[in-house]
Amino acid sequence: MHTFLLIVILLLGFIITFQIAKATEFVSIIQGEERTRKQSNKINAYLLLAFLIIGLFGVYWAQHTLGDKILKFGSAASNHGLKIDQMMKYTLIITGIVFVITQVLLFWFSFKYREKEGRTAYYFPHSNKLELIWTSVPVITLSIMIAFGLVYWYQITGPAPENATEVEITGSQFKWEYRYAGKDKVLGKKHYTAIDEAKGNSLGLIWDDAATHDDIVVSNPMHLVVNKPVHLVINSKDVIHSVGLPHFRLKMDAVPGKPTTLWFTPIKTTKDMIKETGNDNFAYEIACDQMCGSGHTSMRGEIIVETQEEYDQWLRSQKAPYSDVVTAKILERGKAKQDSIAKAEAASPKADTATKK
Amino acid sequence: MSDILHTHTETASHDHHAGDHVHAHHKETFLTKYIFSQDHKMISKQFLITGIIWAIIGGLFSVLFRLQLGFPNESFPILETVFGKWAQGGKISPDFYYALITMHGTILIFFVLTAGLSGTYSNLLIPLQVGARDMASPLMNMLSYWFFFLASIVMFVSLFIQTGPASGGWTVYPPLSALGDASIGSKAGMDYWIISMALFVVSSLLGNLNYIATILNMRTKGMSMTRLPLTIWAFLFTAILGALAFPVLLSGLILLLFDRHAGTSFYLSDIYLAGQALPNEGGDAILFQHLFWFLGHPEVYIIILPTMGIVSEILAVNSRKPIFGYSAMILSLFAICVLAFIVWAHHMFVSGMNPFLGSVFVLLTLLIAVPSAIKVFNWLTTIWRGNIRFTPAMLFAIGFVSMFISGGLTGIWLGNATIDIHLHDTMFNIAHFHLVMGVAAFFGMFAGIYHWFPKMYGRYMNNTLAYVHFWITMIGAYLIFWPMHYQGFAGMPRRYLDKSVWVSFSQFHALDAMISIVTIIVFVTQLLFVFNYFYSMYKGRRVRSLNPWGATTLEWTTPINPGHGNWEGEIPEVHRWAYDYSKDGRDFIPQTEKVGDNEVTHAH
Repeated sequence: MHTFLLIVILLLGFIITFQIAKATEFVSIIQGEERTRKQSNKINAYLLLAFLIIGLFGVYWAQHTLGDKILKFGSAASNHGLKIDQMMKYTLIITGIVFVITQVLLFWFSFKYREKEGRTAYYFPHSNKLELIWTSVPVITLSIMIAFGLVYWYQITGPAPENATEVEITGSQFKWEYRYAGKDKVLGKKHYTAIDEAKGNSLGLIWDDAATHDDIVVSNPMHLVVNKPVHLVINSKDVIHSVGLPHFRLKMDAVPGKPTTLWFTPIKTTKDMIKETGNDNFAYEIACDQMCGSGHTSMRGEIIVETQEEYDQWLRSQKAPYSDVVTAKILERGKAKQDSIAKAEAASPKADTATKK
Repeated sequence: MSDILHTHTETASHDHHAGDHVHAHHKETFLTKYIFSQDHKMISKQFLITGIIWAIIGGLFSVLFRLQLGFPNESFPILETVFGKWAQGGKISPDFYYALITMHGTILIFFVLTAGLSGTYSNLLIPLQVGARDMASPLMNMLSYWFFFLASIVMFVSLFIQTGPASGGWTVYPPLSALGDASIGSKAGMDYWIISMALFVVSSLLGNLNYIATILNMRTKGMSMTRLPLTIWAFLFTAILGALAFPVLLSGLILLLFDRHAGTSFYLSDIYLAGQALPNEGGDAILFQHLFWFLGHPEVYIIILPTMGIVSEILAVNSRKPIFGYSAMILSLFAICVLAFIVWAHHMFVSGMNPFLGSVFVLLTLLIAVPSAIKVFNWLTTIWRGNIRFTPAMLFAIGFVSMFISGGLTGIWLGNATIDIHLHDTMFNIAHFHLVMGVAAFFGMFAGIYHWFPKMYGRYMNNTLAYVHFWITMIGAYLIFWPMHYQGFAGMPRRYLDKSVWVSFSQFHALDAMISIVTIIVFVTQLLFVFNYFYSMYKGRRVRSLNPWGATTLEWTTPINPGHGNWEGEIPEVHRWAYDYSKDGRDFIPQTEKVGDNEVTHAH
């Protein structure tokens, strides 16, 4: 019903606008087209000026109403994030100045030089001096921004520190899984053909490699230690995903068959952030940033940043999937033995006891 | 082939028989005049009207997905009535949502802002402004439209198949687009998409080669390259970009087709999907991104360059001033054209590429901001101390500059890889490219339509409706896209249809609802424009003077309703550049007028 009403209202608006437009055209013919043209010229010139003023106010208003709903520059929760925030701040200042100047000039010139009786336009086809100025000023400004940007870029994408904890993160439609190296601090080998979800090997760890035996595989949340660098090894099992970490200001795609990496140091614990944001439900979220299919919207991961003690305690409580495999194998072997006995008994003519059990 | 020859001899004979009426030569039936026409003006109208139909469809799709984004908890029973299983319970399903955004992007970028834009204006203006009777090959030109038409049909049909159209985003990244098990839209819909785009590339090549040949070879006497209006320069660079970039997309898509059906592994490796490990090994999903963006980035310039040309022309005509820095404008177009080919990987900063490679692309990307800045400053100086007439075309041209500034400046953010790490694939990106190449290109297109409508149909469009159209669209575009920057600053990823499970992104309910409502209003306003267009075709005020805007260029020396061949009698000779406005106390001096003895000579 609502939709129908809406359509009727829009249709009516449509017809009314059209009728007015048609009428004004008749009026203009009666009044003299030249006069109407001049009149509308003046109106549009003033409207452009009004648009500039209201528009600039709108820019302020947007900042006023939305400014506290964003991740504030300087509030990043990682070392790299702070650099990116700083970069954004300076870029905002520079582009902001250019934005205001050019928009003001555009609309002010439009208004000021509107057609007027007796005014002739100034024949001004070119000026090499001016061209030189507005070629060199952007070149210099942009060079500075590139220089800063690249220094940060190399710091962020450079090799991870030696003491970084390695954590593997694997995306698949539509979930994240995390793997921690156990006591040996080495992530064991894996191959996608070894994936066997029914047997609890969702990452395809190769049990023949002893390094996998103490690897810990968990689903949400991922645990990280505050002020300790972390080196993420990023994988995907099916399509391209992307590890988006808005609070850390970081992002890296997860590409099947082509592991990527990302390192950073979280500098605020989850508890710090709850205090800082005043939001009891606060959580560091991993957002998939590369469209990956129908569940893309809900491909959510979570990170808990905590102190070393809390982390150690958590890690101790985790069990390596290999232990399950071992138990399963023992059970299987036992079951296989039973089965074979049962089969043997079934094969013998007197063995009807096996079926009773 | 015989047709080409035929037209050529005919054109040549015209030059000799001054005064001959073009119509007299061949009988025109409905079929040859309106359907299989080889007249560049008719083909341009065909492109435009097909483009308008596509724009309505693509725009409608954005209204549909904005309904979901703005009102995720509401249900709209009418959607279920129309779309059935795709909108069960009146709510848009995720598969439907992704099909909508994919088609919205594909349609608007390729079918509207490439074919609908270049196809319309290159066809209409190249022969008229360089002084040619028609394109170098009218037959190829006709085929260009009909291949576009075929591409349109295939894409349109894909909207109705059972598993839906392609839904992996307009960038169709594999493996998502390669595996039917990964997404329903990657089943048959993706094949239709590839076939349609292949036809589209053929159409674009036929058109672009023709445009280049016409501009280089068919200029009238006296029309040296440096006397060309900037529109033509812009179309030339656009055509070069298209001719060199589109084949790369085609090659990328053919490999994708092989991966889909021939069991190859160009893009696929190490994939475990739907409980099964796929046999493909050794492929590289990133390879496709390189091939795609090698077209994809020039593509945004294919979209924006023609509108830059159109806007330059309209700003000069309506300010009654020469375009400022004509040579700088050409040089900056040239710089953009060259740089457009070597910045593609800035779309892939977070794809795991080599950081050094990334830094090279940062440098080149920010370099491309320089010619763009030069253009903006030249436009500003063009209107400075002018005597500005605010025709609807002029308003849209001013709006174009405003949008181009707003969207262009955020390009400096995203082009700097450090910032891109955070803002990549967020709503900030959506705001950026919609302003700079979506809205801006549309503004340029509207400016062109309002400006050259009198030439196309011998009638004016209704001014009042045009002003209403401009103001609502201008205000609406900023209301829609400006706040999206803030969603991006919150880190909100693009292509999320429901933010309710997220702690970090669920604070924008009211904003999303506002944007959706404005989207509907703006969409309806565009329908008003479409209505104005078709109404004015038949009922608009008649054009009574040859040169209604007082412009210097050649198209206004043709009859009000030019026939096939454009000029009755000889093609006029050109004696000066296209921008002698307000020179020596005269309002304007047409290009066809000889340079006077006492005239202050200009470099051109």
